Amino acid sequence: MSFLNNVITGISLGSIYAIIALGYTMVYGIAKMLNFAHGDVIMVGAYVCFFAMGNFNLPPVVGVLLAVVVCTLLGVVIERLAYKPLRAAPSLAVLITAIGVSYLLQNSAQILWGAATKTFRPIVDGSLTLVPGQLSISYVALLSVVCCIIVMVGLTLFTGQTKMGKAMRACSEDKGAAQLMGIDVNATISMTFAIGSALAALAGVLMCSAYPVLSPTTGSMPGIRAFTAAVFGGIGSVPGALLGGILLGVIETFGKAYISTDLSDAVVFAVLIIVLLVRPAGLMGKYVPEKV
Amino acid sequence: MEKRLNGKRLSKASRSGFINYGIVIAAFVILQLLMALGLLSNSLQSLLVPTCCYIVMAVSLNLTVGILGELSLGHAGFMSLGAFSGIVASFLLADAIPFAPLRLALSMIVGAVFGALGGVVVGVPVLRLQGDYLAIVTLAFGQIIKNIIMVLYVGVDEKGFHIAASSERFNLAEDGVAIIKGPMGAVGVAKLASFTAGFVLILITLAVVQNLVNSRSGRAIMALRDNRIAAESVGINTTKYKLMAFVTSAALAGAAGALFGLNYSSTVASKFDFNASILVLVFVVLGGLGSIRGSIIAAALLYVLPELLRQFGDIADYRMLVYAIVLILVMLVTNNDSLKALLGRIIPKRKGAASHG
Amino acid sequence: MKKKNLAALLMAGALCFGLLAGCSNGNNPGGNSGGAVTIKVGGIGPITGDLAQYGTATEWGAEIAVEEINAKNGPIKLDYRFEDDTGVADTAVSAYNSLKDWAKDAPLVIYGCTTTAPCVAVASETFADRYFQLTPSASSPDVTANKDNAFQMCFTDPGQGVAAAEYLKNAGLGTKIGVIYNNGDAYSTGIANAFIAKAKEVGLEVVATQTYPDDKTTDYTVQLNACKDAGADLVFLPIYYTPASLILAQAKQMSYAPIFFGGDGMDGMLDMEGFDKSLAEGLLLMTPFNASGTDERTKSFVEKYQEAHGILPNQFAADGYDCMYAIYEACCKIDGIADMDSQKLCDALIAMFTGGDFSVDGLTGTSMKWLESGEISKAPVVVKVEGGVYVTQ
Repeated sequence: MSFLNNVITGISLGSIYAIIALGYTMVYGIAKMLNFAHGDVIMVGAYVCFFAMGNFNLPPVVGVLLAVVVCTLLGVVIERLAYKPLRAAPSLAVLITAIGVSYLLQNSAQILWGAATKTFRPIVDGSLTLVPGQLSISYVALLSVVCCIIVMVGLTLFTGQTKMGKAMRACSEDKGAAQLMGIDVNATISMTFAIGSALAALAGVLMCSAYPVLSPTTGSMPGIRAFTAAVFGGIGSVPGALLGGILLGVIETFGKAYISTDLSDAVVFAVLIIVLLVRPAGLMGKYVPEKV
Repeated sequence: MEKRLNGKRLSKASRSGFINYGIVIAAFVILQLLMALGLLSNSLQSLLVPTCCYIVMAVSLNLTVGILGELSLGHAGFMSLGAFSGIVASFLLADAIPFAPLRLALSMIVGAVFGALGGVVVGVPVLRLQGDYLAIVTLAFGQIIKNIIMVLYVGVDEKGFHIAASSERFNLAEDGVAIIKGPMGAVGVAKLASFTAGFVLILITLAVVQNLVNSRSGRAIMALRDNRIAAESVGINTTKYKLMAFVTSAALAGAAGALFGLNYSSTVASKFDFNASILVLVFVVLGGLGSIRGSIIAAALLYVLPELLRQFGDIADYRMLVYAIVLILVMLVTNNDSLKALLGRIIPKRKGAASHG
Repeated sequence: MKKKNLAALLMAGALCFGLLAGCSNGNNPGGNSGGAVTIKVGGIGPITGDLAQYGTATEWGAEIAVEEINAKNGPIKLDYRFEDDTGVADTAVSAYNSLKDWAKDAPLVIYGCTTTAPCVAVASETFADRYFQLTPSASSPDVTANKDNAFQMCFTDPGQGVAAAEYLKNAGLGTKIGVIYNNGDAYSTGIANAFIAKAKEVGLEVVATQTYPDDKTTDYTVQLNACKDAGADLVFLPIYYTPASLILAQAKQMSYAPIFFGGDGMDGMLDMEGFDKSLAEGLLLMTPFNASGTDERTKSFVEKYQEAHGILPNQFAADGYDCMYAIYEACCKIDGIADMDSQKLCDALIAMFTGGDFSVDGLTGTSMKWLESGEISKAPVVVKVEGGVYVTQ
């Protein structure tokens, strides 16, 4: 029974990593940049929902929608002001700018909303009992698994079927060629950030519903974990992010339960390194041989 | 003709190297003078040693990121290895070598050796991975080091040296002394570090890195960065040169870590986290990839900047915010084509200045 | 190439700007001003970053005390300034040095740091430079060890662990005990280690010892499951309130309801915005401070704090408040303080604090005295959460 319990815990934790990783991998896949500020957009999303529900007594659905709208706008503004001028710059310059944006969001959040931890009111409460008194799974975990699958299918369809999605894939392959084909590369990348940030808002609300504490640095750790999950699954691959996130959650939980709680971080990252040694492009990543 | 060109390039590279030594020596002399005259504030004086450490960190990371061309997000891990091994070494040697500068030098060597060992451990997987996958492995390594040192207990009693992975298994005698106490870190460290030691370490770092870069090996490393396949096709041994750059970089970081650890009476493993690695990366990128001089200047200025911001009354409360904005603006401005062109017109540049200044 | 130069130019500009500003930064000479003696109090703690909530609490708590003290027009005035250390040792040492620059020749007392590791580093500096140092909340014995000038307002970690084990033994609570602590944190590990050792000594049965690596950990189900499987009917949580609030929520979700028992870091949980107080029902904790206390001083402190910052003060803030009064009252009793520099003041304060007949009444205790070692001697109070408020046990 404790094994099943650990599986459920792992999947619940993993589903949160996965939903963050989906947004991460989306931006990386198309814009080819490691967006270290992604975790902080998550934090902003959670705060927006917190205030909408707490201070204005809006229903959870409205709170989530509001968070999505605010984060989408925020994502587009960040992209326009901080990343767009660096389109031609080396990728490390963009990376450092993303780190700057991350610090900026964290410190602004602290000035605006204070450093004190707030308790987030979950958008859904309670849990589904499988075996009374022994085995249960929270509705938040179920909701995030469902959201993950919907988002994954949605993103796959979107990038595969729609015109915008195809434009995104074209940009991801070759920006120059995409432009020659009449694709507005700037608009496409802005769109990517809008989608990525909207997903971040959703992830923030789900994460804080599952683990209801909220502070200005709430996003930094999950940001790193989601990056890890995205790489684990093969960065840029949408199903890979889902798989990577879930697996990371399960490995972390199993590591704590069966190896040592003292070394839980070390276990997770050691597994990651071993996986990357066997599959250098992650679990579902395409290995692209370098051409001369 | 060929020979003359070669000779000219070499002289340019070494001239640039000499300028770097000159800058460091001049800065050292000026700062010493200011200190002697009592013009340097306490807060700036206390920043001298850590700034030296971060300059060495930045220059050594530049070797990996700028010259080898591989992104590393775990440089603080090597610093951590160096710091803790250096502290332990300095403690164990305390009775054998009462002369502090010698003990400091030996501790820094121990730190460098442990850093290098760490470099080999990470360096092997490095060979299989590229780009962001390498970045994540270095990040993972940094986290693993942090986690392991966090649960490590090291101490000495009359029975000898004790090392354990938890406080329960740490059976130190009553009269024994614990050097590293898990999350409490190393406490009661004898502060051996001095500005002069930091200065010497920078000079050694410059000598190592600049000589490596200007050597045959250095050219091989840069060839790997610029085009791995082409480099391999002319017979450059990828494994050897990548490892060489990586391990050198790690060893220098270890030495810097030892100096850093011996500058404070307490050091904890959580100090050397992901953010610490990022901080050094920021120095390197702002200073200019591959530019040793840039790394030195950027590390010195950016390490001191948040401390200087303390002095501005109201802004002081927002100093981290200001730091973030400075970071973004510098990135935007330095990558802005029209601004660059404008600056180019104002300051006419020598053509073809050394790219590894 | 140009990029590099431009970057260097910009940064050089920033530096010059900083240096100039540093020079023009005016400083009032300390000492005598209008009859009252002004003592500079330099605080250090994390007011940005992960630990900001604890640092700001110590900053604001002390601020209220300083305002009260200065409004009294007594013989001593406090000139207060707080510097950010972001929770790391090297920044704390820089912060300390910038406070030294701020004070110049005026008598300076160091108040801080909020957390242990920076405090140990700063204390060894103040020991060498002879500045008196009083920390509100850095609770490791390493802070005061071998330093005659460093004093604590809070309990030491081992002291608290021992007190917790003794309390459980005497109260007859918990036949099987589980411990969950943060093994990346000095405070938490310090209490847990002392607790486990003492529990063994007095014959309490510790059935599960679980850890987690940092306070950003979100999932504690595995640790709770281990305690549950081991049959623990009491879980000791020597941790801060943020992770503890998650543990309580997750325990409820898995319908595991042992008695939870925490240290002073747990104080503040009930005041978290949006916290469901029913989760903490029955929680036992050792805290020196009760924000819903009914005495006049506590009420006025809570009121002022809430008005200024919109949140309730926790024990960090209360300890900070008490620190200022301890410094103030000690200074009032020192003869010839007007002519003292920081070093003489340090020795005089040490003599006062360890003299035996000096005691302070504050929010976190009455007749608080200090030992030679720098530790405080005040009685730990165990409270139980009942109906969303503390009830003293």
